[in-house]
Amino acid sequence: MKRSPYRPMPLALICAGLLACSLTARADRGKLLLTGGTSSIDGAAGGGLTPWAVTGSYATDGETGGTAFVTGAKTQHYSLAAYGAAVGFKDRVEVSIARQDFDAKNNLAPLGLSNLRLKQDIVGVKVRVTGDAVLDSDTLTPQVAIGLQHKKTDAGALGPTLFGPLGADDSGTDLYVSATKLFLAPGILVNGTLRATKANQNGLLGFGGAQGDGYKLQPEVSVAKLLSKHLAIGAEYRAKPDNLHQSVLGAGALKEDDWFDLFVAWAPTKDISITAAYVALGKIAPAVQPRRQTGAYLSAQIAF
Amino acid sequence: MMRTTAATAIAIGLTLSSALRAQNTPADDSVYQAWGQKAGIHAVMEDFFVRLQADARTGPFFKSANRDRLVPQLTEQLCQVSGGPCRYAGAPMGPVHSSMDIGTGDFNALVEVLQQSMDAKGIPFSAQNGMLARLAPMHRDIITKD
Repeated sequence: MKRSPYRPMPLALICAGLLACSLTARADRGKLLLTGGTSSIDGAAGGGLTPWAVTGSYATDGETGGTAFVTGAKTQHYSLAAYGAAVGFKDRVEVSIARQDFDAKNNLAPLGLSNLRLKQDIVGVKVRVTGDAVLDSDTLTPQVAIGLQHKKTDAGALGPTLFGPLGADDSGTDLYVSATKLFLAPGILVNGTLRATKANQNGLLGFGGAQGDGYKLQPEVSVAKLLSKHLAIGAEYRAKPDNLHQSVLGAGALKEDDWFDLFVAWAPTKDISITAAYVALGKIAPAVQPRRQTGAYLSAQIAF
Repeated sequence: MMRTTAATAIAIGLTLSSALRAQNTPADDSVYQAWGQKAGIHAVMEDFFVRLQADARTGPFFKSANRDRLVPQLTEQLCQVSGGPCRYAGAPMGPVHSSMDIGTGDFNALVEVLQQSMDAKGIPFSAQNGMLARLAPMHRDIITKD
């Protein structure tokens, strides 16, 4: 169990650095509209809840490009804000950063944790291994990428319990492999991601738990249909482990459900894209809030 | 959870199989028909040629191209790949482009200009993608720059 103090990442500084190094490069935007994906809540390019094998930004071979995003999600009882940035190099390597801020509001007041906020910082790297999701339209070969996301959690006043008796760590690293294929003629994109993770609620409730500390393999799937060059609709499913199911708070008190969403993504130009979604996040800490959480998700991404 | 996963898997399987069918339909002239046959393709190619020369990204590659030769050649080529009764008799893609130092960004710029022309001539989005899906594999012969 680690108890290292939470050190906020100088996000503004990193963003400024990314912007600077991106702006000094040529305006490199040789990829086709929407083919760099949107920004997922973890910062990696992809769908909203899951990374894809695409490299972030509109940079293609020989180019460098960047994106920045801000996302909000609101369910009946909770809300999440996320923001971050990514840089894509030569349609090969993607480096991303993100910060998440989860507002538990007064749902944990019975535990003496009013207005609890759970925060985490995420640094991600993704490398395209093979394939071209868009142009290889005559083969079944997908674009494949491998990636990692290192996450560091600040659980606020819940920290002493979460990283104490509940047995979670305050940092963890997800490893994943993603395969993305655009079936160009029908305009259908399919992505499958397999993630090795210890994260509880994506890391907002730490990593692992007293009942088990190992990595679990979790599938994530996205399917999207292009309605025009500018507009895509789709659905996503993300499986999650349930490491805190058995805990000192009682069986099922912190049971975790899989995530699902239906989205529409709109890119009027290569400068900006807007993604709106309906999200179904299952129960979150059902001991204090038994209702299934569903709600709205809205994300804006700028590309440069 | 099990049920959700199974349902998701089935949904993806169905999507994939229909996507594959649409992808690999042999000797199907539906794209040719949707483009308005050879006359429709020719109209798009005339518009395309003008835009290719005007666009700052593609212009340098086409500034000395011969319109009276290229437009009919492109028309024959798209007619053929879309399943129409034509035979492209021009030079193969590889040798023609080998000395032109074309990158993926250049290739995509040409795709974007073609999309402008298809929009201008009212080609439906599905027929646009049907044609692009048959042209995109040419990237292996055309893109020579990393």
